[in-house]
Amino acid sequence: MKRHLPLIILALGAVWLLASLRERAPETEFDVNGFGRLPVLVNGRIKPMDTVARSSLLQLQGRQRVATPEGETLAPIEWLLEVQFRPEKADALRTFEIVHPDLLTLFNLTMADGDGKKRFSYLQLEKQIPELERQSRLAQPLDPQARSPFQRAVVQLHANLVLYHQLKHSLMMPGAPDFLGELMRFQAMLPLGIEAVRARQAGEPFDERAFNALIELGQRYDFLSASSHLLPVPPAAGADPTAWKNTGRALLDTLETGAIDAHVLAYAGLGHAWQRNQPEQFNTIIGLYRTELAKTLAPRLKKTDVETRFNSAQPFYTSTILYVLALLLALGSWLKWPDILGRSAFWITALAFIATTAGIATRMWLEGRPPVTNLYSSALFVGWGSVGLCLILEAIYKNAMASAAAGLTGFCCLIIAHNLSLSGDTLEMMRAVLDSNFWLATHVIIITIGYSATFLAGALAMIYVLRGTLTASLDRATADAITRMVYGIICFATLFSLVGTVLGGIWADQSWGRFWGWDPKENGALIIVLWCAIILHARWGGLVKQRGLMNLAIFGNIVTSWSWFGTNMLGVGLHSYGFMDAAFWWLSAFIASQLAIIALGSLPLASWRSFRPAA
Amino acid sequence: MREPWKSFHDFFVSLKLTVVLMALSIVLVFWATLAQVQLGIWAVQEKFFRTFFVLEHIPNTDIPVPVFPGGYFIGGLLLINLVVAHISRFKLTWRKSGIFLTHLGLIVLLLGELFTGLWQEEYQMRLDEGETKNYSESYRFNELAIIETTDPEFDDVVVIPEKLLARGAEVQHPRLPFRVVPRLYYPNAALQLREAGQPANTPVPVNRDIGTRLQTIPLPLTYKLNERNLPTAFIELIGPDGSLGTWQVSPQLLQPQAFTYAGRQWRIALRFERHYKPYALTLLKFSHDRYAGTDIPKNFSSRVRLTTPDGADDREILIFMNNPLRYGGLTFYQAGFDNNDRTTILQIVRNPSWTLPYIACALMSVGLLAQFCISLAGFIDKRVIKTAAKS
Repeated sequence: MKRHLPLIILALGAVWLLASLRERAPETEFDVNGFGRLPVLVNGRIKPMDTVARSSLLQLQGRQRVATPEGETLAPIEWLLEVQFRPEKADALRTFEIVHPDLLTLFNLTMADGDGKKRFSYLQLEKQIPELERQSRLAQPLDPQARSPFQRAVVQLHANLVLYHQLKHSLMMPGAPDFLGELMRFQAMLPLGIEAVRARQAGEPFDERAFNALIELGQRYDFLSASSHLLPVPPAAGADPTAWKNTGRALLDTLETGAIDAHVLAYAGLGHAWQRNQPEQFNTIIGLYRTELAKTLAPRLKKTDVETRFNSAQPFYTSTILYVLALLLALGSWLKWPDILGRSAFWITALAFIATTAGIATRMWLEGRPPVTNLYSSALFVGWGSVGLCLILEAIYKNAMASAAAGLTGFCCLIIAHNLSLSGDTLEMMRAVLDSNFWLATHVIIITIGYSATFLAGALAMIYVLRGTLTASLDRATADAITRMVYGIICFATLFSLVGTVLGGIWADQSWGRFWGWDPKENGALIIVLWCAIILHARWGGLVKQRGLMNLAIFGNIVTSWSWFGTNMLGVGLHSYGFMDAAFWWLSAFIASQLAIIALGSLPLASWRSFRPAA
Repeated sequence: MREPWKSFHDFFVSLKLTVVLMALSIVLVFWATLAQVQLGIWAVQEKFFRTFFVLEHIPNTDIPVPVFPGGYFIGGLLLINLVVAHISRFKLTWRKSGIFLTHLGLIVLLLGELFTGLWQEEYQMRLDEGETKNYSESYRFNELAIIETTDPEFDDVVVIPEKLLARGAEVQHPRLPFRVVPRLYYPNAALQLREAGQPANTPVPVNRDIGTRLQTIPLPLTYKLNERNLPTAFIELIGPDGSLGTWQVSPQLLQPQAFTYAGRQWRIALRFERHYKPYALTLLKFSHDRYAGTDIPKNFSSRVRLTTPDGADDREILIFMNNPLRYGGLTFYQAGFDNNDRTTILQIVRNPSWTLPYIACALMSVGLLAQFCISLAGFIDKRVIKTAAKS
């Protein structure tokens, strides 16, 4: 039994992982998942409604789940349906996160009024929105870095309310008692109205009632068009494939085409069914509409389907949990059953690695890009790279050290990625300057693997120091093995950082005619290369021994985190005195923790609990 | 004599020196990165890298004190250290070949950066659609141009660098029948039209042309990458018979100010420093695509026509992100746009030593790869022996 434990753990993990791929059945009779798969164009990318719901919720309130006042939980797509079709109900849901106390005061609210002491509903905020807009106008002209924490909170909340307003106006006019009926009347009166407009333009007598009614509706749809950034209406077959329209625009175009756009009608029909609680009607329209879309957008639908499945599977969340499990198993293996628990840790790490690999690969396929395109994906990739290296090390050394390091770095990187995802959709479009798949695939990937390696060396060294000073479990042989691992990984890191930095220089020369410009990000990369070179030369020159090497490698964590995040914060933390961005505090805390471990590692050997001569 | 030479030699080849120098360069680079927030990228390069010592002024004085070794100092010592260590210590063996090549590449890279620092020049060219220019402009420096336009066939131009204006240096040029006397100079200032009856706020009275109606608001120097300092100068021209008057000039005044003296026509302007080229560029069309439904730029590109006076070159070129034009030793790349997408801004770089980094890269890549393979092979050998010993 004990012998088969690693296999059993592996099997359980695999089953759990596969279970996450299964689509969760909704608790309502409505085919909300089908709705979630419908494509829309937002921020330059065609994505499923489900992604819109999730990334909007992350931006508004930092999590995807919505709690109703009755204590029930809504899936993101159900929340989006309420916002789009029944805003009066969505207005009562507490989905706006406010933490700045002065901002709460602005709304005459206290923490006790909020869900989880920080989430508030649109109804709670509604009255004071003019005042918020005034505060936002005061803050807008300032440089983002020069804004006070209060002003930042104001600008953020204002942006969130704008987003909410846009979502409300994305498929129908909020507040219309029967939008579908309104469209039908619009269609019916159109010929008369257009004739009246023509007659008036020609200076002939015209039907004033039909004219006024048409103008009124025109203004109404113009407002609708100006109020939404979500483009649900795909272009006609053969037209420019990026020329999607929002609902208001498509309705205005009716004045030229004479017939209301079928996509707008389909969504109005869905809204009608949702408002009147008619699931069969809702599901029928979804089915018909999809069949219609599939005629022109089949490849797109395939992508949005996969993306929806990817969203609900949450491979990175699953991996986070598996990494914690791997870390615990590895730590456990140093106390008891080194072989069995060690092997279990290895297999769980491998499983988590497969899940992250699948996640990253899906993102690449969706985006049609190399894996690292923004800070979020770099966090995923740094974790992926160091776990990959750990699997190789563990396969060679089999002492659970690398599995522990994998659990640690994998977990930390995914947590960082999660926090970076709070700013919205993480599959962003690439700005023109970065739009080069060749360099993204070479320079960016190589330099990111360099980060992975320096962090891995740092993690192994941390484990060495902590295990050596705090426990008596580190023996000579293991210590020597870790030293070889750290040394090897530093060599690897030097290679990748140097090559990556130099490739970056070549990219700069190709694009801008200069190899090196001393800008913060370039300097950060250079510092990593120099630091790795220092470690290697200090080792070769005999300037440091085992513990010195470990301390230098831990300092490498600081150097790399500076290059990765610190350089991006230069405009932030150092500019505006008195305020530090939240991320800046995390970076400072990380650096402090690393310095503390270095101090621990510098204690004389006599104070270490391991390596003591047998008394 | 032997002893001091030996210790001198030992000092320069030691690995300890290498490590110390690299540590110093990390401090220098880190410090320079932080300083960019205050000083901007150009001043930082001058202060930290293209210098032997980083100088700081004693507070409240103008006395500079070296506080840290600069880029040339550290880089130079590293270069000596590398070269000397190679000559005296390394024996070219197969096992060391990777390391040897890597360091050779490093030497080339350091030299390349030195030459770049010495020779590289950067300018800008702003072109409106349909406009043709045969010169680029500096985006940091300005010049005072005094142009004689008497002959309709050609202009006779005398330019005076901004430095001299800043110093208040009087200029007497053989082609000018008057002396140029800078009376006042602000390195960065905003100009406004003065309201009627409002007195001028500057100590030097201007009595010619537009300057008589301007109000000058001195501004602090800006170091931001996307802003430039716009100086203004008060220039008095003095002929043999006395003063011609005082003009206020600034790059913000787009039109040169015209005047007549001794029966000849002149123009005076403070303008962005120009570099004339033996060819001309015409902007045919600037395009700027955004992603649907957003303001995120998808790409921007300039279709330009390149012509030379001798007619040897006359062709159309498309310059866009990651695809610059290389011509006549210069690189023209798409840097920005303005004026509702009707003006393109091209950045122009001259870097004669641009090949060195490539050579260095090739050497280092081969070296590192070789070293990595050699180490890996050694490591695998050891494991195989160990496993064999175990079994």
